[in-house]
Parts: sequence; structure tokens; C-alpha cells
Amino acid sequence: MIILIVNGHIIDPRNEMYGLGDIVIENWKIKEIRYRESKPGQGNPESEGDSFVQQFPESPEIIDASGLYVMPGLVDMHVHLREPGYEYKETIKSGTMAAVRGGFTSVCCMPDTKPVNDNETVTEFILRKAYAEGACYVYPIGAVTKGQEGRELAEMGMMREAGCVAFSDDGMPVKNSLIMRRALEYSRTFGAPVISHAEDIDLTACGVMNEGYLSTLLGLKGIPREAEVIMIKRDIDLALLTGGRLHIAHVSTEEGVNAIREAKRAGINVTAETCPHYFTITEDAVKDYNTDAKVNPPLRTEKDIAAIKEGLSDDTIDVIATDHAPHHRDEKLCEFDSAASGISGLETALPLGLKLVEEGVLDLSHLIRKMSLNPSDILGLDRGVLREGSDAALVIVDMDSEFEVEPEKFVSKGKNTPFKGMYLKGRPVVTICKGRIYDFRAERP
Amino acid sequence: MSSLGIKDLLGIKGLSRKQIYLVLDTAAGFKDVLKRDIKKVPALRGKTVFNLFFEPSTRTRTSFELAAKRLSTDVINFSVPTSSFVKGESLLDTIRTIESYGVDYIVIRHSSSGVPHFIARHSHASVVNAGDGINEHPTQALLDAFTIKEKKGYFEGLKIAIVGDILHSRVAKSNIYCLRELGAELRIVAPPTFVPHGIDSFGVEVYFDADKGLKDVDVIMMLRIQNERQEGGFLPSSDEYSRFWGLTEERLARASQGAVVMHPGPMNRGVEIMSEVADSTSSVILEQVTNGVAVRMAVLYLLNRTRVTKHV
Repeated sequence: MIILIVNGHIIDPRNEMYGLGDIVIENWKIKEIRYRESKPGQGNPESEGDSFVQQFPESPEIIDASGLYVMPGLVDMHVHLREPGYEYKETIKSGTMAAVRGGFTSVCCMPDTKPVNDNETVTEFILRKAYAEGACYVYPIGAVTKGQEGRELAEMGMMREAGCVAFSDDGMPVKNSLIMRRALEYSRTFGAPVISHAEDIDLTACGVMNEGYLSTLLGLKGIPREAEVIMIKRDIDLALLTGGRLHIAHVSTEEGVNAIREAKRAGINVTAETCPHYFTITEDAVKDYNTDAKVNPPLRTEKDIAAIKEGLSDDTIDVIATDHAPHHRDEKLCEFDSAASGISGLETALPLGLKLVEEGVLDLSHLIRKMSLNPSDILGLDRGVLREGSDAALVIVDMDSEFEVEPEKFVSKGKNTPFKGMYLKGRPVVTICKGRIYDFRAERP
Repeated sequence: MSSLGIKDLLGIKGLSRKQIYLVLDTAAGFKDVLKRDIKKVPALRGKTVFNLFFEPSTRTRTSFELAAKRLSTDVINFSVPTSSFVKGESLLDTIRTIESYGVDYIVIRHSSSGVPHFIARHSHASVVNAGDGINEHPTQALLDAFTIKEKKGYFEGLKIAIVGDILHSRVAKSNIYCLRELGAELRIVAPPTFVPHGIDSFGVEVYFDADKGLKDVDVIMMLRIQNERQEGGFLPSSDEYSRFWGLTEERLARASQGAVVMHPGPMNRGVEIMSEVADSTSSVILEQVTNGVAVRMAVLYLLNRTRVTKHV
């Protein structure tokens, strides 16, 4: 089978190539990328137009990408697919469908399932299920400690062999510094990063939102920013001590960004991610006790948004990940204190990222790198590329398509989003991966 | 004007001086009613008040019950013991059930902030916040203001100190909003562990030193110290709290001549307040209790009663 993607704006962050061109896909591999025009000194200029299509005799599938952008499938290194154990929140099937709809062709799922993904059997279950039912590629992240309890190291080597690409106790910090030290040391054997959920839970106490004037005004218990900052600093120090590979998840504070920037300058082996909600909305979204805006770490303030944008711009923050955390409606339709934390993020991440391009924080290629190539490189996935001979995992995006965020239309089971009712611009129209074409054009007139 | 123009009383936040005065003036009328031999008026006859208490409370619940009965409503008391270990039906299901009874008022107390707001969104009944988490306890603030007005006659420039666990006190929060709106000069007297974040933006002066904080004040509002605060690391011991922040006769003497002492109850005698002070002529603690009924009558009376009775 041959697929032709014709006349699209191609963005290839790996080779820093972008320009108008065509892509030939044969047997779900990229056979050829032809640039019709390109920036000086890049690509091979061609201008044969429609004659290009005519050279394929056996009537290929043609996708007209005129006016659209063609880019590598996005890579989300931080999602919660909830399976096994919490299928009422999300399944591998529904979560990966949400992924392809959001332009992602690879997702990395956190181990906080039931049972926890802390051994190769669970890893194998996830991979088997993902192979059979997943709409996109799934890369499991194994637990750092058994049961994510922070006491004994999980079988990292065996999980690595079974297919885990990183280790994290996400949802919970590795509270014990000695265990974190051992994890950073031991994981060096397998070259997989340890992803830190940086939170001092003693400081968090019973907090449910950012600590400050607003938490006092709403009478909600606050989580000080130091709960994140202290743990980021601890883990950076442990990375220096051990030479281990450290990745900081969901950075939400200015001081956190600064600590990572300093560490990178000092040559410490650390990478970091943030999430769209941390650079788009502030704690104000919690007003009126909106549980859809309850997330951990909590939404912060304008100065944090500014610092995170700066961190993205100067590459202190390497990755934009969603921390896609779907929950059942009953878990949000309740008291704020008891409501589950998390945002269903896969279906809004790209347009929220594109706002950064519109604001001039990042250029388009830089954004796409943070949403595909960089996470792929951190985890050694060989994704995020448009290369002849490579697997066809790509997304075609209509940058001008404006839409209202309507959670009830999400394909994710999690309808929990604080962006409900917001108008966003830019969304995937076709996602190709795993030997399938997901065409969303019909449902979006 | 005989209405507050709002369906629910969720907090003092957002109330205007005019609205607060309307409650106080209306309450004065009801207080006269309470002095009569027959203490009941038919103002809300046929209406139903549902007291929904998710936290143990005797005083507030009784006060609301009495207020509702004095207005000739039918009152139902519903107490739900909440514990994190006992997981009963969801809050939404409880509200829907009550909604189906066709009640006119829901008086709600809950340990979680924002629950009255949640109920107001999901119910046609008028919701009255009887204390939510560490957020607000608006009727307590209104009855405190009523008591101060009776005793002092004015608010503008009146020096008032609130002493104790401000961080966890919904009474303190509502009083801060209320008394600031009325123009009083407010002081917070508390150890730093009990001072909430961002308090500077609330227009109050913070004193860690009780002796300094109580100097020349006209009104002292004491808050109850909960014993479990020691476990959270907020206080070393109640003895230590008592020594540094407890209201003794000596500390009371630092206040202005004729200063009044208030306490929302229940008191920990010997901890935050000494018996000599609680039982002194400066204390208006029992009058607060009396005024609570009149103020709650006023609140129930003044909320918009726009609910259309469902025809079955």
C-alpha cells in the first residue's frame, strides 16, 4: 500500500528541515520525502507539482496536505493510561485513541496502575494489550520501587528487558533520599532515566492548591512551592553524586526552573518537562472550587508561567508532556478536598503548545522538537523523526482550525479539563501510525 | 428593602456594607420578638429548612433550628457522621435526595471548604453556609457584628483583635471580611504557625506578641484552640499556648477601658481563655449565643425565596 501526502508544509526537527513537499509512504515506512521548495541550503528543491502523483500507477491513497503542516508524530513521555486496574478511568485503547486524536503517535505510560507496573509481568501485559488494542505506540515506564512504596528497588533490569523505557514512582515522590540515590546509581546499568515526581509530601501536608493569598481566600489548604523546589534540588544533588540520569517531571515553579537551569550549566545530567497547564493557566482557575483545575503539582501564578516560558525558550525545559490524568466524573463531581487530582490532557496539548508559537515564545520547529524529538531522545526511542526508511508515524495539522474545547467530545474517558469552553487553534486532521490512518477530517467540518 | 437579593448565603466575601447592615437591622427586630412571651412569628410558615451537618455541632445546629422554628418553618435535622474510613453515599447523591424532598433551605456544615458552593450549584433550595472547612462561617460573623454593634454602637475605627488559630478558623475569616467591610481596625494576634499565607492582603495588622497586640483594643475575639494542632506541629503544647496567647486578666487589662471579650464557643477554659475573664463583666459570650438566633432568623428571612414549589 502506498500513501502520498501531497503539498504539505513539512517540519522535520531532527534535520532542521522545513518546506513545502510531498511524502511517500510505502508499507507503513517513509519511502521518500521530496521538498518542492526549501530554505536555502536545505533539502533538494523540486517543483514538479502534480506530475509527482502521476508517477504512481497503482492508485495510491492520496492525502492532500495543501495548507496543512506535516510533522513527526508527537511523543508524550508522561501519560496515565490507567490499565490495568482503573479501566473505569481510561483504558489503553481509549487513552491511545485520545493520543492519536491529539497528534501523538507514541505515549509513555506511568506505572501507577493496579497492580503497579513494578515487574516484568505487568510490563508485558501492558505491551501485549497495547499491541493488540492500542491506537499508537505505547512505551511503559516502570516503578522505581516495589509497589511505589519507596522502600525497595523494583526489578528495573527485568522491566527494562521487557520493554520499560524509564523508571518513576510518579504520583508519589521517592521520599527516602538513600533509595533515590540507589535508584539513580543502579539504573545506570540499563541506561534508562529515573523520572522524579518532585514533591516533599510532608510539606504538601493536606494541601490541595497552590499556597498563597488565593488559597487563604478560598479557605483551601495550600501546597507551598517549596514542596516542589526542595525535591528538585535534592534530586539534582543526587544526580551529581551518582552520575545517574535524572529527568524532572511536570515542573510548575519559577524556582524549579531556575534550579534546573543552574544544574544544566554545571553540567549535571538532568532533563526536565513541563505540562501545557503550567504555562497556560494560573491558580485562578481553581476559583469557585473548580475541581477540574485540581492537579498535582498545583497550578501556580503568573510569574511561574513567565519563568516556565523562559525555561522552554532557553531549553532549560526540554520537553512538553501532558501528564494526561483521566478521571471518572464522579471523582471530580464532589468536595474539592476529596476530588481526584489531574487533567485529561492529550486532546488539548498541541493547540496549547501552539499558543506559545503564536506568542513568540518558541518557533514551530522548536515546539515540535519539545513534543516529539526531545522526549524520544531522552528515552532512546528513535521517534520524532521524518526520515526515509523510518516507520511512518506522523501527524498532519491544520493550524488555522479554531475550536471550542468540549470535553464531552473527548475520546478519552477522562473529561476532566480546566480548558472547557476555551477557544483553541490548531488541531490534527490526520494521524498516521502503527499501520493505520486516523482521519479526523470528516468529523471536523 | 426586605431581601438581600441573593439566593444563598455562602460567605461574607462579596457582601456589601449595605447588605450586612440589612441583616443586623432585621435581626434587631427579631431580637425583640425573642423577648416576647410568644416567641414565634409566621414569617416563613409552610417553608422547610433542612439542617445538613457533616460535622458534629451542637450550638450552631441548635441555633439554626431554633431560628427556623421561631419563623414557623418545618425543620429537619440530618447529621452525617463523616470519617475518612466510613465512605457513605456521595455528596451529590445526598443533595439530590434532599432536593427531591422539595426543601426550601439547606443549612450546611461540612469539613471541606467550598461544599456550600457545590450544593448551591446543584440545588434549587437556598443554601446557608453554617461553616465550611477552613473557609467561612458567615452567620457567626454576622452575630458577632450584631453583638459588637449592640455593645459599642459603631464599627468605623473600632480596634478589634482576633486571637488564636487564624489559619484553621472559618470564624476568623468571616469576621475579617465582615469587620473590614464595616470599617473596623483589625488585628490578628497569633503564633506565626497560625497565620495564613497572604494575610497582609486582607487589611489586618499581625501581632505575634499578645501583650502588644491587645494594647488599647476595644474588642477581643478569642478563638478555640484545638488539641490536635499539636500533632500537626503547629504548637508545642496547649500549656505553652496558654502562657503566651491565653487571655488572662492581666492581658485583658492592656485593652481599652470597657473592652468586651467574645468567644464563638465552645471554650477551652484555662487554655485560650481563663475562667476569670470568661465569667467577668467584660465577657459577652452568652449574649453572642442569644443574638445568634436573631441573626439566623434574619438571614433565613432575607434570602430570596424564589423557589417554585414542584407540583407532584
